[in-house]
Amino acid sequence: MSDDSAAGDAEDASTGDRESAPENDGGQFDRLPETPANRTVPGRASRAEVLDWWADRFGVPRETFADHTFWERGKGKIWAFAGDAPDPIAIEGLGMAVLRTRQEHWKPTTNAVQRFGGAATRNVVVLDPEPAARFVRGEDQELDWDGDWGYLIVAHEIADAVEPIGVGLFLHGELRSTVPKGRQEDVSVVDRQG
Amino acid sequence: MNPLDRYESLVDDPVAFRDACDRPLPQVVRVNAIKADEDRARRALDEAGVGYEPVDWHPGVFRMDDKPGTTWPYVHGWLHGQEEVSLLPALALDPDPGERVWDACAAPGSKTSHLAALMDDRGTLVGNDSSLGRLSALRHNAERLGVTNLAVTNADARNYSLKPFDFEAFDRALVDAPCSCEGTCRKNPDVLDEWSMDHVRSVAGIQKGILRRAVQATREGGVVVYATCTFAPEENEAVLAHVLDREDCRVVPCDLPLSTEPGVTAWDDTEYPDQVRHANRVYPHLNDTGGFFVAKLEVGA
Repeated sequence: MSDDSAAGDAEDASTGDRESAPENDGGQFDRLPETPANRTVPGRASRAEVLDWWADRFGVPRETFADHTFWERGKGKIWAFAGDAPDPIAIEGLGMAVLRTRQEHWKPTTNAVQRFGGAATRNVVVLDPEPAARFVRGEDQELDWDGDWGYLIVAHEIADAVEPIGVGLFLHGELRSTVPKGRQEDVSVVDRQG
Repeated sequence: MNPLDRYESLVDDPVAFRDACDRPLPQVVRVNAIKADEDRARRALDEAGVGYEPVDWHPGVFRMDDKPGTTWPYVHGWLHGQEEVSLLPALALDPDPGERVWDACAAPGSKTSHLAALMDDRGTLVGNDSSLGRLSALRHNAERLGVTNLAVTNADARNYSLKPFDFEAFDRALVDAPCSCEGTCRKNPDVLDEWSMDHVRSVAGIQKGILRRAVQATREGGVVVYATCTFAPEENEAVLAHVLDREDCRVVPCDLPLSTEPGVTAWDDTEYPDQVRHANRVYPHLNDTGGFFVAKLEVGA
């Protein structure tokens, strides 16, 4: 559950001998095709599908990512980049890892949710101070939530507005924290009435 | 020998200089404009009951009463712990949104993420470091702070190749060079015990190689900033003199929002070109900060 931590970045061995269909090369960043119709590498998500997913799952408007291109490196790990780069590019990092694809339920990263999740309008659970502190410590907890199961944006109220903290996995009445170890913090709870 | 003895002849008030070097530094944070504005960060700190004092020389920089590591604004990436003087290189480079900018020695990323914020997270910021191990800290900090315009490379900056990219030159480059680090003695007094003249000589060779490459990789009319946290002229003005002699560039004046002293033109029987005066030396007693050196170079002008 810590696939967006700095250390959880294992490369997939490339199987580059075959000449037939292009394959995903875990050692480089490949730009996502615009639509599924433009897809040449099997299993690779398209930009349109990524935008649809953020819009469908969280209500994040497609134009939120208007200035970003999307890239895949590693098996299903999608990066958002605001700069210019040739396709493909074999370097150590390109923007921010935002999403894990090539699995049944796509999973956003903590960093993506903090950076772009403020625009979300659904599947956002707003926790009170005590549960929010438990969540960012990495603890799982019971949650009374009658919305969708699966990956949720977990937020709390700070400085008079709702702010995303990270990603929770809601299953069977339990909210599991997926905050990576490197981002877990022991935050003291302040009595707001005081 | 305490290396600080060497520099007493350079400072206006040696006693104040040594006294300041002996005092610990306060914890300082910078508000990360990519994720929050100063007002919201201050309200969040107030809500958390955390004490802080804004510095008077730059907005969005606070001296903290306590360590900021465990507060909500830190969790959200609104704040980044960063020494006051280490804000100077990015302010001196002054990048614009949309530009191509190279940070030659980027890890662990405090100055890189500051550059990204000044660029409004737009354009192409290339953060390089020769140490693969330190790159994970760079990526971790950049992503925590919400940076999305950073491309990360792992190469020796002295013979850096632009081949992975589809452009020929950068608009601006920052060389925040590896150095003897006496300027960080208020944070880490061990640097004074570990100091040696042999290290100064070897690291100066690396600094010269990186700064030369940065000038070569920057377009005509572009800007290169050279920064260290050492007082040693061998690693500062001598490095500038070496590169001025070999590459098409010049040192230009650079107004910084802290009190600074000019670069020195003579040291230990060696003279440096007069233009190194435009460089900025920051001694700890001038602003009650760490020590630093910043020079701004214009390429091909």
